[in-house]
Amino acid sequence: MTEPQPLGAPLRAINLGLEVFAEDLAAAGVPVVHLDWRPPAGGDPALLALLARLEDDDESERPARA
Amino acid sequence: MLRAEVWRSFYQDSVVLMRLAESLRALDGVEEAAALMGTPANQDILAAAGLATEETRTATPGDLIIAVRAASHAAAAAALGRARALVVERRQPTDGGGRVRPRTLATALREMPDATVALISVPGAYAAFEARRALNHGLHVFLFSDHVPLADEIALKQLARRRGLLCMGPDCGTAYLGGIGLGFANVVKPGRVGCVAASGTGLQAVAAHLAALGEGISHGIGVGGRDLSAEVGGLMTTLALELLATDPATEAIVVISKPPAPDVLPALERAIAQVAKPVVVCCLGARPAAASPARWVSTLADAAGAVAAVLGGHPWTPSRLDAADSRARLAGVERRGEKRGPGVLGLYTGGTLAHEARLLMEPLLGQASTRFDGASVPLRIVDLGDDEFTVGRPHPMLDPEARSARVREAGRDQGIGVLLLDLVLGRAAHPDPARALADAFAEARRTAAAEGRGLVGVASVVGTPDDPQGLTGQVATLRSAGIEILPSNADAARFAALVARPALAPSLLGDGP
Repeated sequence: MTEPQPLGAPLRAINLGLEVFAEDLAAAGVPVVHLDWRPPAGGDPALLALLARLEDDDESERPARA
Repeated sequence: MLRAEVWRSFYQDSVVLMRLAESLRALDGVEEAAALMGTPANQDILAAAGLATEETRTATPGDLIIAVRAASHAAAAAALGRARALVVERRQPTDGGGRVRPRTLATALREMPDATVALISVPGAYAAFEARRALNHGLHVFLFSDHVPLADEIALKQLARRRGLLCMGPDCGTAYLGGIGLGFANVVKPGRVGCVAASGTGLQAVAAHLAALGEGISHGIGVGGRDLSAEVGGLMTTLALELLATDPATEAIVVISKPPAPDVLPALERAIAQVAKPVVVCCLGARPAAASPARWVSTLADAAGAVAAVLGGHPWTPSRLDAADSRARLAGVERRGEKRGPGVLGLYTGGTLAHEARLLMEPLLGQASTRFDGASVPLRIVDLGDDEFTVGRPHPMLDPEARSARVREAGRDQGIGVLLLDLVLGRAAHPDPARALADAFAEARRTAAAEGRGLVGVASVVGTPDDPQGLTGQVATLRSAGIEILPSNADAARFAALVARPALAPSLLGDGP
């Protein structure tokens, strides 16, 4: 269990999906990177589940970010 | 004449596609147009609309389908050409600085290694996958997507707790971090009130009422509508309370939700009791099981009023209809001398606002129906943002047409005398929702009048002067159509009940003049 991350850090956002959310944040002066998102694994559900499992195995080795 | 094209591996978000379809429908000679990703649900919609072709049936979820039915070959070809131009113009592979847009979270993080939050509004089937990636990279997650399986929600929130991060959602419409809104959010000033909300429109309503009272938001942590269910057990609500309890910018806290599951209520009360700051709880329809150090209120407007009073150090009592104002409005309605149907129909875009209205009106008018089932009932309150009305089409806060059609239809229903409405402004919402609603209401009223009936419109507006739509102008537009605007959803609900049943005056207005 990691200590909860305090809420005070200045907002810096990555946006996946509705571009209007990125536009609104940018208008409010928030730095934002909007992804040219497309369905992972070509949208194939079986492949997506496999990819998720592989990434989870990988992530369990990774320490939480400070 | 039906023409369709499939653009392979060409993702566009649902708002962009809604606007694209709208502009195609507006072209000369175009009868119907669709612009959809090739998901199974969208394939069904296309088939039901008679817009499917052999080619569209081969589209996969990552493929864009554009289908047009037009009066002639030439009109259909022109519309498809226009669609190509609009999409290509819109879909720039580079950002404003000429950099190529990243396609994955990992590449985005190389561009912004100190990112703090990921906003995720991709289709539900991919949402948990992307949210897990974001949490694993140490980002708070604002998860707007819905249709995320409950098991995935629990796993994501457990992962978030282990990493000390927020997983706001799924199905989280609104949040504020550092006073800045994420998703559907009214523009408010940063301030000292922290909110934990299992309801997007509930949070919007409280934030907008606070703004009117001169108070701002420190953080508004959305948790998604299922967080206080027995299965999720309040995983994010309790973490949010811990974070706000120690946040230096937060001086008081408001908790907003529908009633928690009975098994979760004691845990929520314990978490609240740990907080050394004043807490106001608005769990619409729930009371504390035990004596509570928090102040429990029963409307969203009262949540804002109570917390502002605590911070301002002045006394507070629950709000009720302004008697003099309501009598004057009622007299105005009665002076028209119209015959009206006996029923009240609530047509809502905000789910929690619909729920709040139902709780206030059922004791006055009897049990409400929450669906369109054809029966003539004294009280019907429908949340048009509910999943059953939004399959394959945008939420009514983005696209007012679905509600406008229902409003116009109400003009033909001789059982309906009062229409109860909400209007939600803010970032991401439609740029001029009042115009669509006012026009539809005016038409409904003309239809009713032609049949010798009156129709009373009662509404409240969730908005602030800083919202992109402008609060004053939106209110004026509704008023110009003859809609009565009340200062809160609770007041609108009570006033609608009063119009339908003026004999309620003594209980709703007291025995004053």
